[in-house]
Amino acid sequence: MAQLFRPSSNTIAKVSIAFVVLLAASTLAVAYIMDRGPWITDVRVAPEQPVYFSHKHHVKDDGIDCRYCHTGVETSHFAGLPPTETCMTCHSQIWSNASVTQPIRDSWTSGKSIAWTRVHDLPDFVYFNHSIHINKGIGCSTCHGQVQDMPWVYKVNTLYMNWCVNCHRNPAQFIRPKSEVFNMDYKYPSDQAQLGAQLVKEYHVQSLTDCTTCHR
Amino acid sequence: MFRRKSAWVVVLAGVLGASACRNDMHNQPRYKTFAATDFFGDGRSERPTIEDTVARGQLHLDEARYTGKVNGKDVDYFPIQITKADLERGQERFNIYCSPCHGRLGNGHGMIVGRGLRQPPNYTDPRLMDAPVGHFFDVMTNGYGAMYSYASRVANDDRWRIAAYIRALQLSQNAPPDLARQQQTRNLRTGQGGPAGGMK
Repeated sequence: MAQLFRPSSNTIAKVSIAFVVLLAASTLAVAYIMDRGPWITDVRVAPEQPVYFSHKHHVKDDGIDCRYCHTGVETSHFAGLPPTETCMTCHSQIWSNASVTQPIRDSWTSGKSIAWTRVHDLPDFVYFNHSIHINKGIGCSTCHGQVQDMPWVYKVNTLYMNWCVNCHRNPAQFIRPKSEVFNMDYKYPSDQAQLGAQLVKEYHVQSLTDCTTCHR
Repeated sequence: MFRRKSAWVVVLAGVLGASACRNDMHNQPRYKTFAATDFFGDGRSERPTIEDTVARGQLHLDEARYTGKVNGKDVDYFPIQITKADLERGQERFNIYCSPCHGRLGNGHGMIVGRGLRQPPNYTDPRLMDAPVGHFFDVMTNGYGAMYSYASRVANDDRWRIAAYIRALQLSQNAPPDLARQQQTRNLRTGQGGPAGGMK
């Protein structure tokens, strides 16, 4: 009876073992990259909106404060989306015949809401509150990035739990003086570790990492 | 043989289940703030207040404080106490909500006016210098001319604080010489004052 395996079978066996290991590793790597990449997280992907509204124009060019439109951000869990009345405050007079502002006028005359697409859509099992972050020295741009440079708004962070927990474990990394919270051009000082620790103490910021802080 | 087959089915189902292609927990059957709905005719999950009802904390019986008027006439006093902290709060709110059109000095040269909005009057206009403080509250609450109402954007008492700050702006542009001189002497003595960032 002839030999069942030829000598080359040794090589084939070794190569296939290596191949299986590589395949498993690269599958995991691809899965990880996809999980963190824009295809899944939507980071840096600006969704289509019903109105061509540019934060860059309104914030940077016009110098309008975040709170002019997002009125609830200091007092409520929800930053607030402006009612059509807020748009019409200026656009009843400025660009009042332009086609870009047509959806606003349609909403104003018909009384129907403008159906914006939510850019920062947290999973429903997370209960986030804007006001507590704002009132304890976490700036808008820390989470939302340089919105004043975004013609179409997109998110710059994954909003994954490890991203939240990174700050919750050590808030001193990202805290800033309360007077600078709405400063979109704020730069962290070189002695942030020191200043951060001092502000954490001064504002009585707790490092809340219990599950029930965010999941109820 | 049959048993082995059913074991494979269980394993396959387990793998499919663990790969989590469903997002039931991410998108639960509840409405987030401002979420759209098919349930109500207007498409909103937010419901308007039911007519002839008063929500908790919204019973506004103090006419002067909530309308700025008594017997249809603008009041000439502040119905809430105005401290230095209130004045500073008024300054902050003014700079957020009013300065885009009225300018930081209240002279009507705001950024949005530069973009084409009708220019509002200067607060040092004699008509406004003589206006009772309730007038400013009324304008903020109900709008005036080209200006829309800010009642939904600025809380009631903050509107009084803004009115107080408008009085401060009026004074700053019209300070009597004596007062200005006193302030200047004080600044020289303490080394403070002068335009921010300049005159060093």
